[in-house]
Amino acid sequence: MSTPIKLVYFAWLRERVGMGEEVAHLPDSLSTVADVLAWQQSRGEAYAHAFEHLPIIRVALDQTHAHHDEPLGTPAEIAFFPPMTGG
Amino acid sequence: MTTPTIRVQAEDFDLAAETKILTQGRHDVGAVASFIGLCRGEGDTLNALELEHYPGMAQKQIGTAANAACARWPVDGLTVIHRYGKLYPGDQIVMVVATSRHRDAAFDAARFVMDYLKTDAPFWKKEHRKDGQEANWVDARDSDDAARKRWE
Repeated sequence: MSTPIKLVYFAWLRERVGMGEEVAHLPDSLSTVADVLAWQQSRGEAYAHAFEHLPIIRVALDQTHAHHDEPLGTPAEIAFFPPMTGG
Repeated sequence: MTTPTIRVQAEDFDLAAETKILTQGRHDVGAVASFIGLCRGEGDTLNALELEHYPGMAQKQIGTAANAACARWPVDGLTVIHRYGKLYPGDQIVMVVATSRHRDAAFDAARFVMDYLKTDAPFWKKEHRKDGQEANWVDARDSDDAARKRWE
């Protein structure tokens, strides 16, 4: 298992997962952002519900927006959230 | 290049005071353009808006947009403030004020920052209704993506 990574959730993703943040060990096999999203779907009922519609979910690696096809790299923090509605 | 001022805060803000900071004591500024976003009452159905944000990244993303505006137009001053927390109809949510020698740069920079902020800054609005229905997260609008794309 790799080093632990902080996972953070916002808005309805936070509500569906049931927590704002957690520390998790990601499988070494994950190499892209899309891999992480697929892994999230496999973590049980709450995660499956939260990550049901992958195309609308946004991801940030160390507080920088990342497309689903981008390499994961070695971030300390991964954030998951719905499309933004500020302003 | 101008260094923008970015603030993400729960407290209210004062456009007049923020504008004065950018204009007082200088005689080279010929234009001030500003925008304020307010909380709408949605036909008197809304009790409150809850604004959630991603601390750190919210400031960073607004900064990215503001720096891009300063690089693209000859802006003399640029201040962006975005609030979070519980806001009520009529409350101020966001403000942008840009100053420049001539009006085009100030208008364009202020609008650019708002268009980028809408789609890229990590804020989310939840609506609490007066009728007691369950609170709901506001959906992102396609028109906001279109507004951002015209600057590309």
